[in-house]
Amino acid sequence: MQLAVLGGFVVAGMAPLLHHWFGARTPLVMALLPASLAAWLLGQWPAVAAGEVLLLEWAWVPGLDITLTFLIDGLAWLFAMLITVIGALVLVYSGEYLRGHRDLPRFLVVITAFMMSMLGLVLADNLVTLFVFWELTSITSYLLIGFNHTDLAARKAALQGLFVTVGGGLALLAGFAMLAVAGDSWSLAELTGRGELLREHALYTPLLVCVLLGAFTKSAQFPFHFWLPNAMAAPTPVSAYLHSATMVKAGVYLLARLHPALGGTDGWVITLSLVGALTMATGAFLAIQHTNVKKLLAYSTVMALGALTMLLGIGTEGALVAFVAFLLAHSLYKGALFMVAGILDHEAGTKDVTAMGGLRRVMPRTAAVAGVAALSLAGLPPLLGFVGKELMFASVLEASAWRPLILLLAFTAAFLTLAVAAIVALRPFFGAPRETPRVPHEAPHGMLAGPALLALLSLTFGLAPGLLDPLVRATVAGIGTGAGAEVHLALWHGVNLPLLLSLASLLLGLLAYRHWDRLRAWLARLEPLMARGPEAGYEALMAGLVTVAEWQTRMLQNGHIRNYLVVTLLVLVGLVGHALFFRHTFTLDFVLAVYFHEAVVAGLMIAGAVAACVMRSRLAAVAALGVMGFSIALTFVLFSAPDLAITQLLVETLTVILLVLVLFRLPRFATLSTPTERLRDLAVANLTGGLITLLMLAVLSGERLPRISDYMVANSQPLGHGHNIVNVILVDFRALDTLGEMFVLALAAIGVYAMLRFHAEAYDARHQAPSRERDDG
Amino acid sequence: MVRSGTLILNAAARLLLPLQLLFSLFLLLRGHDEPGGGFIAGLVAAGAFALYLFARGRRALSEMLKVSPRDLVGMGLLLGVAATLPAWWVGEPFFTAQWWTIPVIDFKASTPLIFDIGVYLVVVGSVLTAITALVKTDQEDDER
Repeated sequence: MQLAVLGGFVVAGMAPLLHHWFGARTPLVMALLPASLAAWLLGQWPAVAAGEVLLLEWAWVPGLDITLTFLIDGLAWLFAMLITVIGALVLVYSGEYLRGHRDLPRFLVVITAFMMSMLGLVLADNLVTLFVFWELTSITSYLLIGFNHTDLAARKAALQGLFVTVGGGLALLAGFAMLAVAGDSWSLAELTGRGELLREHALYTPLLVCVLLGAFTKSAQFPFHFWLPNAMAAPTPVSAYLHSATMVKAGVYLLARLHPALGGTDGWVITLSLVGALTMATGAFLAIQHTNVKKLLAYSTVMALGALTMLLGIGTEGALVAFVAFLLAHSLYKGALFMVAGILDHEAGTKDVTAMGGLRRVMPRTAAVAGVAALSLAGLPPLLGFVGKELMFASVLEASAWRPLILLLAFTAAFLTLAVAAIVALRPFFGAPRETPRVPHEAPHGMLAGPALLALLSLTFGLAPGLLDPLVRATVAGIGTGAGAEVHLALWHGVNLPLLLSLASLLLGLLAYRHWDRLRAWLARLEPLMARGPEAGYEALMAGLVTVAEWQTRMLQNGHIRNYLVVTLLVLVGLVGHALFFRHTFTLDFVLAVYFHEAVVAGLMIAGAVAACVMRSRLAAVAALGVMGFSIALTFVLFSAPDLAITQLLVETLTVILLVLVLFRLPRFATLSTPTERLRDLAVANLTGGLITLLMLAVLSGERLPRISDYMVANSQPLGHGHNIVNVILVDFRALDTLGEMFVLALAAIGVYAMLRFHAEAYDARHQAPSRERDDG
Repeated sequence: MVRSGTLILNAAARLLLPLQLLFSLFLLLRGHDEPGGGFIAGLVAAGAFALYLFARGRRALSEMLKVSPRDLVGMGLLLGVAATLPAWWVGEPFFTAQWWTIPVIDFKASTPLIFDIGVYLVVVGSVLTAITALVKTDQEDDER
């Protein structure tokens, strides 16, 4: 499975090649990947249904406790199934939606990579691995939202989504670190069994705050809900996927996954149920104000995410069952509705529901699909949405904290959502036909297949919710703290309070739909208030960030190398000095036994350094520095470090080459600093040099720490198959460090290139020079 | 200020370049047992190309190299990352070194060697990127 997921990234990278081979059929071919993954998952179903937890172990970096182990239980199975099945449908759909689009290969690359990241996220057992996949979903969704990168709004929305989710990700990383410390494990399978320990731990509150911040930003909970509707700038298949099965569900997934480990405390219950309920009401309330069908749906997603969070907060057995049912229902109808929205946009050329009407005559199949899915969104029988909503109301009634408030918010959300469903399903398809930008016609099969299948599933599971019992039982077993209880979903629970609430919300919702236009006009008057919402806070924060960045750049990155050096060296002196004098006791006991030739080399070095400081000509100063460099190389030779000596010599040579190139471009070699500044520089230099000398002496004479080199010397041949220890360390023992340095070197080269090139361009622009051919040699 | 140059330099560059490159390969391949290795060999090769650049100019160098130095950097990074992968196939952790002996020539191939070649390419590419960029702006200044 790990190979399949990692190989999926390779397949993603091959999309342009596949597109070359298969042309417009590429999305269908690529849909085979998630489809076969889904088939594999289906094969695991008997084990999962029996309540087994499959652990596919794979060590990755054992030294750092990082594994690629996958954990498949009911919860992971459900999410993975949604990701792969809806992923395959979305790919098929996008093949029609983006038919002939110039950037289709790029789209396929990113969406497949996104799919695999999401799959890795829900299957990962290790916190670090989960986090890496988490961040990958942020990055790939950034690329998806900004797919139309020539559009300023799309770029802005993409950046906003990235900032909000990655900002939360930062908090999450801190939360995970604390979680691992508190629970003494990086494995989710082990952590979920240590709930008692974690809840008692002193770090519980800070880690809960950090983890919740991560989950809330990802899942667009109030007050971070604003990025999600803006993400509608993405192409519709992306919205369908992001909203129904992935991305925003990642936060919910994480909360569910950690429920056994962290849930049940007052902090958890109150925060989650209140934030969730508030998000529900906010989402539904904001949805009703929009006429853009994608925005309407997007805000209703916010509402659904709020509901899921709230249910996890309530956390009773019934609430967890409701969580699973609601999650599944939402994924099915939301995926279908977004695809229908895409069809409307594609075939009629508008997203504004008030600009459409009577389309059921020209697109009867689309209308039917939209109707079924919307019934589920509205929570009406006999759809799965109804089952979910009934269970949700039942759970709210057993909430332990703030019950009246939560009930009020949930009820408001429910009837407003019903109005949204009515708007989406009735407005475009019924009433008098209207002139639309394109002449509408029925959607092609490729576009209808996905939503039709999802709507059909909503209906099937609604009519026979008993089919879902094993799945719900397996999933709840993964989230819940107790043993798997008897679960039985049913469409009809008899006349009870939840049913009455549903009826009331139906009436109120229809009322809201009837007077929607008046309601909208009335709500428009609240516009000034809305302008001060969390999004304004985000804008202010970003503006503030820019100001701070500007200030600190002026302060610290002021372009004077001597200032950088002073700061760097003083920090070094401070830290090393502190460690040396206050953390360790050190004694200086060494025998000064120097050979004559060693003294000569040392003398040369000192002479070179002094000369470089006092020379009046630049060339002479460079030569003096060269003397010092070659003396250092000589030292390496004397103390038998040939590799270092060669490297030092070569670096000196290349330094000369670089100097030759820049020498004529440098300004006049003048004394720029005042005598006081020179004195200060002298002091800093002496302080640093003196301290490092002390450090060396202390290391050589003080505590006899075990020498690292002994291990390297002993193992270089048996383990590394090499006699040159330096090289074995570089390419084998410490290869990861070397890899990092390679990237640093590459970045430095790119930096030099960019600086010189853009400098030249700026120069050209200033001097209005005639444009010259630029080859990149 | 870099004039594609004098006769002696020109001839020397042409004769020395193959030797220097050969020497850098020698350093690269023997690096695991004797002084040498990707970093040093890369510096030697970069020095060789720099000499050629001084003697014959930037255009001659880019014509000879065929690839942009920045692409060399990319290829080097790719090789470096690729060297981490073979351990998977034998089920060992990330980055564990793998060794294979190629039978006929009795040559020990290994992931550390692939990695070292990556280092080599990154070093050559980075140094050349910096140098050619500097030469380029110099020539532009000259033309003004």
